Amino acid sequence: MNLSKFIRRGAIALAGLASMLMVSSLHAEYAFNMTKGVTPISRQIYDLHMIVFWICAVVGIAVFAVMAWSIIYHRKSRGAVAASFHESTTVEVIWTVAPLIVLIAIAIPATITLIDLEDAKTNADINLQVTGIQWKWKYSYLDEDISFISSLAQSSRDVIKDPTGKENYLLEVDQPVVLPINKKIRFLFNSSDVIHAWWVPELAVKQDVIPGYINDSWAIIEKTGTYRGQCAELCGKDHGFMPIVVEAVTQPEYEQWIAGKKAEAVAVAAAAELQWSMQDLLAQGETVYRTNCLACHGATGAGIPGIFPAMTNSTVATGGVAEHMNVVMNGRSGTAMAAYKAQLSDVDLAAVITFERNSLGNSVGDMVQPSAIKNAR
Amino acid sequence: MTQEATHDELGEYQGEHHDHGPAKGLTRWITTTNHKDIGTLYLWLAFIMLLFGGAMAMVIRAELFQPGLQFVEPDFFNQMTTMHGLIMVFGAIMPAFVGLANWLIPMMIGAPDMALPRMNNWSFWLLPFAFTILASTLFMEGGAPAFGWTFYAPLSTTFAPDSTDFFIVAIHLMGISSVMGSINIIATILNMRAPGMTMMKMPLFVWTWLITAYLLIAVMPVLAGAVTMMLTDRHFGTSFFDAAGGGDPVMFQHIFWFFGHPEVYIMILPAFGIVSAILPTFARKRLFGYSSMVYATASIAILSFMVWAHHMFTVGMPIAGELYFMYATILISIPTGVKIFNWVSTMWRGSMTFETPMLWAIGFIVMFTIGGLSGLMLGVAPVDTQYHDTYFVVAHFHYVLVTGALYSIIAAFYYWVPKWTGHMYNETHGKIHFWWSTIAVNVLFFPQHFLGLAGMPRRIPDYSLQFAEFNMISSMGGFAFGLAQIFFLYIVVKTIKGGKKASGQVWEGATGLEFEQLSSPPPYHSFTKAPDIKD
Repeated sequence: MNLSKFIRRGAIALAGLASMLMVSSLHAEYAFNMTKGVTPISRQIYDLHMIVFWICAVVGIAVFAVMAWSIIYHRKSRGAVAASFHESTTVEVIWTVAPLIVLIAIAIPATITLIDLEDAKTNADINLQVTGIQWKWKYSYLDEDISFISSLAQSSRDVIKDPTGKENYLLEVDQPVVLPINKKIRFLFNSSDVIHAWWVPELAVKQDVIPGYINDSWAIIEKTGTYRGQCAELCGKDHGFMPIVVEAVTQPEYEQWIAGKKAEAVAVAAAAELQWSMQDLLAQGETVYRTNCLACHGATGAGIPGIFPAMTNSTVATGGVAEHMNVVMNGRSGTAMAAYKAQLSDVDLAAVITFERNSLGNSVGDMVQPSAIKNAR
Repeated sequence: MTQEATHDELGEYQGEHHDHGPAKGLTRWITTTNHKDIGTLYLWLAFIMLLFGGAMAMVIRAELFQPGLQFVEPDFFNQMTTMHGLIMVFGAIMPAFVGLANWLIPMMIGAPDMALPRMNNWSFWLLPFAFTILASTLFMEGGAPAFGWTFYAPLSTTFAPDSTDFFIVAIHLMGISSVMGSINIIATILNMRAPGMTMMKMPLFVWTWLITAYLLIAVMPVLAGAVTMMLTDRHFGTSFFDAAGGGDPVMFQHIFWFFGHPEVYIMILPAFGIVSAILPTFARKRLFGYSSMVYATASIAILSFMVWAHHMFTVGMPIAGELYFMYATILISIPTGVKIFNWVSTMWRGSMTFETPMLWAIGFIVMFTIGGLSGLMLGVAPVDTQYHDTYFVVAHFHYVLVTGALYSIIAAFYYWVPKWTGHMYNETHGKIHFWWSTIAVNVLFFPQHFLGLAGMPRRIPDYSLQFAEFNMISSMGGFAFGLAQIFFLYIVVKTIKGGKKASGQVWEGATGLEFEQLSSPPPYHSFTKAPDIKD
């Protein structure tokens, strides 16, 4: 069917009208329409979107055509004399009832799609818990005992002043979430702080991620590939910087990835048993600080006055180590400071606390070993 | 009949009021109880706020001109989107409509003034303080509120800057002002109509404002409740919206949108009234379907209380809730459609001329229809999964509020300013203003539909490269539209200072008491004796 081509051309023409011919010469660069996506639901939604769009387009064009006719022919300068009619119950009834029929025609497929969309609870193959955290995502594979945090990739952060030519700018992460194709994936959403929304257009999943709630949604991904999305609900300063990347792979590749992740977890646990040197802790700590702490406390530890406290010379970071661990691990209730023991490993916690005490303008000189964190948990 | 005769006849009752004019200088504006003076104050406040909120929009469009962070930090960007929304909704559109109501309702129903003139003064003078308090947050440590004009908890409670308390006070003051203004409008319309001015003879602007005033009285206390709960959550240990304390963040959204959706209609119903006044004048033909217009307005108002959760299709409502809110929402397109069909029928076989107010009114109908149709699309719950919180929504509500509400306000200015001042505006300037604004506003907002469909979320300070081209086009439209309103400021000042004398009727086809029975400009107290109402 050439419909999509036609739609595309029509949309290009419309846009050309709207943006004064600037567009037509460059149209290859422009995305005009919603994605069809790669799930059964996303296709249903796309089709419904096109139905409603065409109904709206036809209604709009009909109304504007009558207006245009009237504007051209019923003008005083052409000698038009005003008619005197000013009411008609018959036409009022017609244009009340006719739209009602159109609405019913929209409501039927919409209801069917909505019922499918809401069917997250039955027959899930994989349960993926998605936790929104200012400003990153935590993914927990509930059937596999794997969990990790995914945040904006450093390569996007590096070019934030001038991202010219940067592929997937702001839509790339350090650790993508990997899912197998042709399996029913049930997403379970919750939040550890404010409301976020997990949105991947090609999966047609957009669900608010709300503290105190567990929302769900589902997808069966039919094509391998990389699908990118973003947080869709304003969640504070770095709302625009918490992307989502889903890698859809075949089942064998997925199993391989799971095995790799499990091995990684074992390695991390083993590392926690070791005595770490100051140098190693500082190096690791800097990485952890950049992805977890920098957004609020700043690259130099200066914070943002009045919103986020400074790290440099702070009473916590330069005071007793026990209180410092307590604040980082358990957070500060009633503030944006999260409880990081739920997000970071023993090594990462030890490293970042050591980093905060001995960098960013602080030089306390002591260090925290992963074993100390383990004991404090 | 002249106003001289009226004054003489009433002289014995009015005593020292006979012949009095406004006080001189600044005192006039601070102490005035005159509906025209207060209307003027409201309109100027609205204009100042339009430019202030518009300046913030320019900051937003400048940052979004190209990918990357060039001008502002993300937190300041969020402050801009938040304050832009709050200022435009509460500072520009609403006060402008109240200003028009003050100027026009007494003249349209044959009354000397508003029913409660002193309260009228107070309801205006609360506003400059409210907006000063709100704007002052921009200079506070931690910055202004940065949680969006919808201020969803817990971002606006636990995670908000200290300045949020000032925001709460400002919202309370605006609410008090709105409720008092509405009481005044209702009291005026129900009690001050000239004999013979039955309800079904009232101009539609009066009707739409009467219904709007009831909406305001119904929902502003709900908003006051929401911000009060925020205040106690922030400072007094309650947990209305804090899940950790047993509260419910989603409840905030229900409360907010129970206010917020009728609020949307508060900003558009008076616009319907304005367009229904302007079209018949320049089509030289009576408004088609007057009574159906009244019923459609009332239907829209009633439905507006029953559709709020269509702003929340992604919060995880039960499916029954989603279905109900979808059906109720798309039902609104029926009375809205009736209005548009009636307007088109009013134009049909008229004898039209296209002076500036008519251009703005036609612009309103066309572009409000576009916004209405995208609204229907958004109402379809499953598809809203993809539209929600994207630039598609931003495009939708700007078509409804800028080319809808704001266009009607500008149309009203051009239509009634000769009546108010006795001076005609410069027709060429008015037309340039219209075409310049209309081209710019479409370059500004139409590409945002595409951005939203292609997947750009709203309220982000920076974006991926595939959104670059349309954002740049949109920003250029934005700057041009902003500039056009500076030109409008020039037109307004010039028209107030002088211009061709306007006749009492002003427009060849104008009807209504203010055009048929009052001079241009009208006397300080519009009707000191009730006018004769012709059938």
